[in-house]
Amino acid sequence: MGVVKVLLRNPRRELEFEGPMRVHALLDRLQLNRESVLVIKGDTLVTSDELLEDADSVEVRAVISGGAFEVSS
Amino acid sequence: MKCRVCRGPAVIDIRRHNANFCTEHFLRLCRDQVEKAIKDFDMIAPGSRVLVAVSGGKDSLGLWDILIDLGYEVDGLYLGLGIGDYSDTSGDHARAFAGERGYRLLEVDLPTDFGYDVPAGSRAARRAPCSACGLSKRHLFDKVAIEHGYDVVATGHNLDDEAAVLFGNVLRWQTDYLGRQLPVLPARPGFPRKVKPLIRLGEREMAAWCVLRGIDYIVDECPMAVGNKHLGYKEALNEIEAQSPGSKFDFYHGFLARASALFRPEAEADQEGLQPCTSCGAPTTNEVCAFCKLVERAGGEMPAEGVVPTVESVPVVLGRRETGATT
Repeated sequence: MGVVKVLLRNPRRELEFEGPMRVHALLDRLQLNRESVLVIKGDTLVTSDELLEDADSVEVRAVISGGAFEVSS
Repeated sequence: MKCRVCRGPAVIDIRRHNANFCTEHFLRLCRDQVEKAIKDFDMIAPGSRVLVAVSGGKDSLGLWDILIDLGYEVDGLYLGLGIGDYSDTSGDHARAFAGERGYRLLEVDLPTDFGYDVPAGSRAARRAPCSACGLSKRHLFDKVAIEHGYDVVATGHNLDDEAAVLFGNVLRWQTDYLGRQLPVLPARPGFPRKVKPLIRLGEREMAAWCVLRGIDYIVDECPMAVGNKHLGYKEALNEIEAQSPGSKFDFYHGFLARASALFRPEAEADQEGLQPCTSCGAPTTNEVCAFCKLVERAGGEMPAEGVVPTVESVPVVLGRRETGATT
């Protein structure tokens, strides 16, 4: 039986979950806010109701970035 | 989930809009949002030459892509900050993006051209790294834009950035900053016009734009920014957004519509008494501007001619750094 492979970054690591599972359930398992991430499958995105099957590979990518945010003068 | 427009399979759900979109209609939504921001705030006059401040990240590369898509004449400026591997990689993403599309990318390198880097500048000036970085960026983007005759500098500040800045400014009631937190800063002597066309798009949408458009941006976070307070503000706002979609948009755009003008007089008073910096000529309220002080404290050196040295970037293929002389 296969597993759903999940790539995470910062730091880069790969986790495995028993499928099938919905994307929103995956994000709940990872305790991630849906507003803060994208889930990428191949070269496209998947929505929170997408069913991830065994042998699927997805990347969960954080979208928050920070840096020089002082107000411009 | 189905696309709100065509009922085809959706690739993204945007709870703020209470809607899902397929690739085609999501990209259209993003273009429309940028176009509306530009129109609502008279950001870019027809025929203007635009300079995008490029970091290699999703917001600046996505902004450049959208503006070109909308028909604007846009070049990029990448500033090498000397933050180790992060700067090398982010520069390569910017060069690859521009090279693949035949866009003009100018470059300035802090270590090469000014003799300091952001980590050293931060330590020497006893400023937070993001403060030393922001100061360097603002000064050099302004100067290069003026020296190269650009009409407008466009930055990739998105809705999340602006909401987080507003949150921080309100927490401390920094009323002078509140008066200056505008999506358009008009040109004044020594300052170019500056605009923020992404204020109607969140960073999740900008990351999605890049993925769906095949833009290879730097995903890693700047190591100097890890743990900074604005990342904390963004996380806090996203917790609120998850409970109440649309809160970030209402917070920031409500401020612009109903509160921003109240703080304007204080900000304008702060701008009085500007005079040319005795070292570089940039407008400052002191004898020497903050940038020149930073360069001096960091042990750097101002360029001899007084003009910011720029080079045209050499395109790179990601993962395979090419070498070659710059012009």
